Amino acid sequence: MSFIPGHPVTAVVQRIEIHKLRDGDNLILGFSIGGGIDQDPGQNPFSEDKTDKGIYVTRVSKGGPAEVAGLRMGDKIMQVNGWDMTMVTHDQARKKLTKKNEDVVRLLVTRKSLETVVRQSMMQH
Amino acid sequence: MAEPVQAEISMEELALNSEPSEQHSSLPAQPRQDDNWGETTTAVTGTSEHSLSQEDIVRISKDLDDSVGLDCKRYLNVALSVILGLVVFLTPLAFLILPHLLWPDRLRACGTACEGLYISVAFKLLILLLAVWALFFRPPRAGLPRIFVFRALLATLVLLFVLSYWLFYGVRILDSQDEDYQGIVQYAVSLVDALLFIHYLAIVLLELRQLQPFFSLCVTRSTDGATQHYNLGQLSIQRAAVVILENYYKDFPVHNPAMLTASKSRAAKHLAGLKVYNVDGPGGNNAAAGIAQSQSRAMIAAAARRRDSSHNDLYYEEAEHERRVRKRKARLVVAVEEAFTHIRRMQEEEKKKAPGDVMDPREAAQAIFPSMARALQKYLRTTRQQHLHSMESIQQHLAFCITNNMTPKAFLESYLTTGPTLQYGKDRWLARQWTLISEASVTSGLKDGTIFLLKCIDFSLVVTTKKIPYIKLDEEFIDPKSHKFVLRLQSETSV
Repeated sequence: MSFIPGHPVTAVVQRIEIHKLRDGDNLILGFSIGGGIDQDPGQNPFSEDKTDKGIYVTRVSKGGPAEVAGLRMGDKIMQVNGWDMTMVTHDQARKKLTKKNEDVVRLLVTRKSLETVVRQSMMQH
Repeated sequence: MAEPVQAEISMEELALNSEPSEQHSSLPAQPRQDDNWGETTTAVTGTSEHSLSQEDIVRISKDLDDSVGLDCKRYLNVALSVILGLVVFLTPLAFLILPHLLWPDRLRACGTACEGLYISVAFKLLILLLAVWALFFRPPRAGLPRIFVFRALLATLVLLFVLSYWLFYGVRILDSQDEDYQGIVQYAVSLVDALLFIHYLAIVLLELRQLQPFFSLCVTRSTDGATQHYNLGQLSIQRAAVVILENYYKDFPVHNPAMLTASKSRAAKHLAGLKVYNVDGPGGNNAAAGIAQSQSRAMIAAAARRRDSSHNDLYYEEAEHERRVRKRKARLVVAVEEAFTHIRRMQEEEKKKAPGDVMDPREAAQAIFPSMARALQKYLRTTRQQHLHSMESIQQHLAFCITNNMTPKAFLESYLTTGPTLQYGKDRWLARQWTLISEASVTSGLKDGTIFLLKCIDFSLVVTTKKIPYIKLDEEFIDPKSHKFVLRLQSETSV
């Protein structure tokens, strides 16, 4: 998850598919996001690198569609439906997630535990 | 007269005892030890009818100083400077008048330019007179132990200068009886100009040079450690001492010997616990003396490690004292505030009141003083200040405060805090005779690390000098338009 300017970002990602829940007139996903290139990265409690301006999951509501799909608090969202989330503003990220005409969002998320699991399994071979 | 007489008698007895023993003993050269020495020895006691307190001694020595009057040195200085001043002032006038007296017929008449020069001489002499009066004819601040080097140098310079002018005048003008009067007048004008320049030199050397701060002096009083710092310029040690003493009377809290008794009693207790006797006799070989020294050092170390409870006593004593002082202070403040409510200033329309009721400040002070006297006396005794204030001075201060519409708090301020020595009466300025103790010569200038002492009868002031470092200042320019700020955002959106 480290970021070197000018080089492509490599990460081990998990594909998560969340089906939006209809709550009256709104479609909710059941989690909260924080971060963005217009925000202050130093106050992000979940990032390893405090200059990382990516979008992070700050809260996952219990029993909601996000928790059911496997999203965890502290995950960094890399893509939403193909749209990149590593270099967007907070508002752009919100808009990509809350499109009214989409029922399903397919996220690519990464977390530290994924990388360790992959490395361990590679070491075993 | 009981004790001294007894002592004398016992001394005589000792002598009588030893004489017969020497006569009767047949043993060679062995003085018999007097076994009764415990009863017949004299002892020095703390009090006797002829004892003098420290204050009495100081008062006697002060009277001696005042009566002897070491003013002859001062008068000599004044006389010399007055003579020099007269000589200097009258020289240009003499230069102008002498040709008229000695060869008036051969002198060329004084033209317009020459008469203009008369006016110039007159006004320059007047300015010189005023300037000399302003700079030199001031009452002297202090009597210094050695001569004031710069003044002596300047006086010598002036004297040499005037003598050389007289020499030239005598040889070239008086002897040859020059007729060019304008030249003579111009010569006199040049003398007065040069004297004005010497006066400028005097101002720079005596007054201006030491204004720029160069050294920082740290002054500590030896009895209680009160410390102050002063910034002075390049002065000689004796002049720096004068400046420090002038500031001492206004900056240092008054010296109170009653405050030192507690630490002295503690020191006496420490001494009482440790006694080292040399039982090997006064001569003793070196080995014995060495052993005795190391033994005494070991004993001192053991005493230091021994657990004595004097620190405990000190702590509780100080806490108790503080509590007592605060209690007395509260009572005092209340008593004074109540006393001040009993009187008030008479209004204009009350002038018709009977004259028996109207009081002047002194009577008003005497009227309200008894209600607060007891509380004040107790407070002063607790803080050990009672010898600094007499009843007369308290009443005077009270009358002063009433006259000037001061509040009770303002009246109490001079009793609650110990002020500088200036605040108390003139009889408190016990020491005006100070001694300067210095390893370097007192007319040499201050240097970094100079240490000297100013001793008076009760205590001494220790002065250390430090040079003020060279300050290198850099500048940094900040564009006023560069002050821009952004918000630190940290928003969280739920989706």
